[in-house]
Amino acid sequence: MHDDTASGSDDADRQRRAWMAAAQSGDRRAYERVLADSVALIRNVARRRGVPADALDDVVQETLITVDRVRRTYDPSRSYDAWLAAIAERRAIDALRSHGRRSRREIQDELALEQHPDRDDASAESERAQHAQRLQAAVAGLPPRQREAVEQLGLRERTLAEAAAETGSTAGALKVNLHRALKSLRERLHGGS
Amino acid sequence: MSSVPRQQELIESLGAGLTPVRRLLPPWLRALGWLAVVAAIAAGLLLHFGAAPMLDRFAAVPERAWGFAGAVLTVVGAAWAALTLGVPGRSRAWAWLALPGVLLWIGASGFGCLRDWFAPAANIASASAPPARCLTFIVLVSIPLSALMLWLLRRACPLRPVLTAILMGLASAAAAAVLLAIFHPYDAAATDLLIHGLAVAIVVVANAVLGNRLLSPR
Repeated sequence: MHDDTASGSDDADRQRRAWMAAAQSGDRRAYERVLADSVALIRNVARRRGVPADALDDVVQETLITVDRVRRTYDPSRSYDAWLAAIAERRAIDALRSHGRRSRREIQDELALEQHPDRDDASAESERAQHAQRLQAAVAGLPPRQREAVEQLGLRERTLAEAAAETGSTAGALKVNLHRALKSLRERLHGGS
Repeated sequence: MSSVPRQQELIESLGAGLTPVRRLLPPWLRALGWLAVVAAIAAGLLLHFGAAPMLDRFAAVPERAWGFAGAVLTVVGAAWAALTLGVPGRSRAWAWLALPGVLLWIGASGFGCLRDWFAPAANIASASAPPARCLTFIVLVSIPLSALMLWLLRRACPLRPVLTAILMGLASAAAAAVLLAIFHPYDAAATDLLIHGLAVAIVVVANAVLGNRLLSPR
């Protein structure tokens, strides 16, 4: 069953090796191609690991960001697919862990819903205030670059270009920081409750 | 699907932020660099204390020489394995590289200890070096060696942080034990062996705990 696909994927792997090698020397087109090509592979790895369908995109995004951060560790004399699969697998495991944490929390939330006071209840107001305070504290606790991205893109609703001009960082860096910030906010708010 | 444009956007933004990177040197070469530091310290100690006392001790009790060789093999195997596991996609089987050295090290030391138990003739006075001092030496010397290895590993991407950290601790502790053996007239008595074992265990566990935190992929 594997013969045809194996030689096909060998060729594809060779192509991706060349793209990644070019990306390491700064070739943007090769880089975007190899990343786009990686998406299907990452999804496969994550699916095999048992990541639920609704979490696959998160694994893809996290893996792509990790690939970007550790691209210096890739050795073009070795398989790109094996290198990528190892990173994707790690990210899939991380996603499964945080998914587990979240579903435990959701069970508690059902209880919370039953006991939740009416909307007009006086305590609801203070609860909302508490939520806002917690969110504010969580944003304040982010690393400076991530906080900046949330403030610029999330709260002040600036465009990427405006935010980039104001902060002096690139649009790419801003986006990556926003993504990371949202992830750690999610973890902090969900994990902390 | 709404996820496709999101991914496309991320890919474009990563592309926009792309800068050329210098490829990481191969693991064996980086391991060699770390080993060169250990070798330099060993050379300094040998210059200061001379090789003759150590060789005399080896001649008197051959198990010591075997134990020493085992520790040296452990240093090389564990350092090489740790740095190889720092690169994504490398097989977990690399960890076994440390095993032959560890077996020889423990085996020879244990055998020496047993022999000493039954025929305690070959003792060279160890009173000059109280056991607590070798424990302190191994732990203290392991700290900078582990820190150096940690720095090398953090520049890579260890996806199995615990296993990598254990190997890192093993390499550092074994290196400290090798350095100690150059000038420390220890005998193979059970207390000495126990102290060495305890020191190595402390270093490995500390590395596993701290290293796991410091090496976990961010």
